[in-house]
Amino acid sequence: MQIPNVAEKWSGEVIVVTIGATKEEGGTRQKVVKVGGASCIPFMDFEGNPGHKPAIAMDVLDTPPEDLPPALLEPFKDVISNPALWAKKCVEEHGADLICVKLDGIHPDKGNKSAEEAVKVVRSILQAVGVPLIIWGCDDPQRDNEVMPKISQATKGERCLLAAATQDNYKNIAANCMADGHNLVTLAPVDVNIQKQVNILVSDIGFPLDRIVMFQTTGALGYGIEYAYSIQERERLAALSGDKFLAMPVLCNVGYESWRSKEAKAPDEEAPGWGRAAERGPLWETITAATLIQSGVDILRMYHPKAVAAIKKHIDALYANGN
Amino acid sequence: MALTGLDIYKLLPKTNCKKCGRPTCLAFAMQLAQKKANIDECPDISEQSKQTLGAASAPPIKLVTIGTGDRALKVGEENVLFRHDEKFYHPAGVGVSLSDSLPEGELDKKLEEIAKLRFQRVGTEIALDLVAVQNDSGNKDTFARVVQKVASHTNLLLILVSQSQEAMAQALSVNGLASKRPLIYGANSQNYEPMAKLAKEKNCPLGVYSSSLEEMADLTEKIKALGVNEMVLDYRGKGSKDALQGLTKIRRCALRKNFRPLGLPTITFLKDQDPYGEIVQAATYLCKYASIIVLNSYELWQVLPLLTARQNIYTDPQKPVQVQPKLYEVGQVTPDSPVLFTTNFSLTYYSVEGEVEASRIPSYILAVNTEGTSVLTAYSGDKLNEKVVAKAMNNATVAEKVKHKKLIIPGLVAVMSAKLKDETGWEILVGPKEASGLPSYLKTTWDRHGKKG
Repeated sequence: MQIPNVAEKWSGEVIVVTIGATKEEGGTRQKVVKVGGASCIPFMDFEGNPGHKPAIAMDVLDTPPEDLPPALLEPFKDVISNPALWAKKCVEEHGADLICVKLDGIHPDKGNKSAEEAVKVVRSILQAVGVPLIIWGCDDPQRDNEVMPKISQATKGERCLLAAATQDNYKNIAANCMADGHNLVTLAPVDVNIQKQVNILVSDIGFPLDRIVMFQTTGALGYGIEYAYSIQERERLAALSGDKFLAMPVLCNVGYESWRSKEAKAPDEEAPGWGRAAERGPLWETITAATLIQSGVDILRMYHPKAVAAIKKHIDALYANGN
Repeated sequence: MALTGLDIYKLLPKTNCKKCGRPTCLAFAMQLAQKKANIDECPDISEQSKQTLGAASAPPIKLVTIGTGDRALKVGEENVLFRHDEKFYHPAGVGVSLSDSLPEGELDKKLEEIAKLRFQRVGTEIALDLVAVQNDSGNKDTFARVVQKVASHTNLLLILVSQSQEAMAQALSVNGLASKRPLIYGANSQNYEPMAKLAKEKNCPLGVYSSSLEEMADLTEKIKALGVNEMVLDYRGKGSKDALQGLTKIRRCALRKNFRPLGLPTITFLKDQDPYGEIVQAATYLCKYASIIVLNSYELWQVLPLLTARQNIYTDPQKPVQVQPKLYEVGQVTPDSPVLFTTNFSLTYYSVEGEVEASRIPSYILAVNTEGTSVLTAYSGDKLNEKVVAKAMNNATVAEKVKHKKLIIPGLVAVMSAKLKDETGWEILVGPKEASGLPSYLKTTWDRHGKKG
C-alpha cells in the first residue's frame, strides 16, 4: 500500500556560519568549520538538506579547575595545568572539531587574571592546534568588557567565535567582533523572544547575521533539559519557516552543565544504586547531547572524551548516505 | 481527514427537531465538528451514521494497553509532533530483553538485576516497565518455562518474542498469563494469520514488524480484518537514521494525514553492541517517536539516564515542574550558614542549588511555594510576597536552624526588602539577579557583611 508523502515544505533555512580562517583567508587555522545550513527537521534529509554536521567543541580552561570529578579528571590529568597541551590532546587524540577556551581565570573570584594573561593563553592554544577557536568570557560583565576586546584584537583575522553578547551587554563585544572579523555568540537564557531581540540589537549596530551563533543556556539531562529542548525546537521551526532573526546556528553547553549534575559526578560510594561513576558521568553527558541534537543544535561544547566519541559516532550514523 | 461540519450534516436526520437543544441540525453538526457536542445528543441518528462518525472522530493514533489494572502501560493517542505544541501524553514504555537460552543461574541473576532498575528523581519513582522474553532457544517448552518463571518473579509487564506460533501458543497457555495481556511479538507478512488469531483469541495486543512502511500498512489492514485492533508497530530501519526517519514518518502519517493503517503506537528493539551507542539510540527514538523501547543491556548507569530523559521529555510544558517547597541543606550546614530563598520552580531552584554548590559555602535554600513559577513571574502574579516568604520561613522553622537573622533574597525582587523586613524582623540582604552571581556573592558580600554580627 502506498503511504502518504509526509515531507514538509520549508521556506527558510539555517544560516551557515564559518568559524576559523586559513592562511589564505588571513588567519592561521589548518581548517575552517562550517555550521548551520539545515533546511529540514533535524536529520530528516528526505525533506531537505540536513546542513552541516553538528560540530564538537571541547572545552579547555585557562585555569586548572578545582574539584573535578575523578572520571572527568582522569583523561586530562597530565595536561590540566597547561591549556595548550590540553587543547592539543583534545584535537589530536579525541577529534575535537573546535576548541572552546573558557576564560574562567579572569573572573574576580577565580584569579582575576589580567587580559594579558588571557591573551597569552589564547595565543598558546592557537599555536598548539590547527582547529578554529571559540573564546568564552567569564560571564562577569565588567571583567568580560575589559578582557574580551583585547582577546578580539589579539586574534584578529582568525575568525573565532566569541562569547557572549546579552541584551544588557552587547555593544562592546559586538563592536570588537565586527572590527576584528570574528563571529559572535548571542545569549538569552531560555527565552525565544529575548533571543530574537538580542539578534536584532546586534544587527542594528551593523553586525552581519551570518556571523551570529545563538545560545539559550543549556539544561542538563534531569536539570531542565526539556526547556532548552523546546526553546531550541521552536527556534529551529522559526528558522525553517523563514524568520531570519532566529535562523542562526544554535550552540549548547553540554559538558559543563551535565557534569554539574549529581548523577554525573557523585562517586560510587555516595550513589550505590546508580552504577559505576566511571561510566555514569560520561554517559550522562552523552545522553544530554543526544537528546538536545534532536531539537536542532549546531555546536556542542563538551568535556569527556568518551562522550565526544559516542556522540560523534552517533552523528555520523544520522548523516549516513542513502537509506 | 477529520470531517467538516457539512460532512457531518449529511449524516444527520436533517429534521431540525431541536431535541438536541440546537436550533437546527446544521448548527449541531458545526458543534460536532468543533468537538463541542456529543453525537449521543441526537436521539434519531441512524446506527450506520453513528459508526461512520465514530470512526472519523477516533484519535489519529490508537491507544494500546499492555497489561491490566493500575500497572498497565498505555501507549499511543498522541496529538502532536512537537511537545511545545501541547504535550506528549503517554510516556514511552522502557523494557529490557531476556533470552530464554540463558543458563538457569544466570537467568536468576538477570532477574535480580532487573528488579534494581528503579530510581527516585524529584520525588517520583522512575522505573522499568517491561521485560521482553526472547525465544532464542527456538524451543517451545523452554520458552514457556522461562516465560512462566519471569512472570512469577517480577511485576513487570511482558513482551513475548517468538516467530513460532506454536511457541507463542504454548507460552500463552501458561496458567493465567494471557489474562495479564502481554504483548505478543510478533506478526510479519508470513505468520500474521496464526499470530492475529492468537491475539484475538487471548485478547492481547500484537506487535507487527516489517522493514518497509508500505508492507507494514498492508499488514495492519489485514490484521484488522482478522479482528485485532490493538497493534504496536516495529519499523526495522537500516541504521539509526533510517529508524529515526521511519518513526517520524509513522507519526506524521497518523497526525498530519490521519492515515489509519499507521495510526498505531510504535516499538523499537535496540541491537547496538556498544553500551553507549545503545542508550544514545534509545534516547534518540524516545524523543522521536518511539512508544516502547526495549534495551539489550541494562546496567544501572545505562538505564538511569534513559528513564530520566523520558521523565523530562514527557513533562507537560504548560505545567512547570516543581520541587517540594521546603528548606534544603546544601553542604555541611552550621548555625552560621547563610539562608537564601528562591521559588519552587524546578529550573529556578536547581540553578540556585547548582551555584550554591559551586560556591562551596554550605547554605540553606528555602524553596518557597510559588506553584512552580519563576521569581519574577511569581512576584508579578502576587504568588511571591512578604507574607508568602514569612510563612515559608515559619513552616520550615528557619529561625531554629541558624543563629543569625539574615535572609538573602533574589536580586530581582529587591523591591520587597522593606516589607519583608517588617514582616519577619530579619535583616534583608539583596542577592544577585542571576543565580550565576551567587558564588561571588557568597564569597564576598556574605563573607564581609553576613557572617559578622
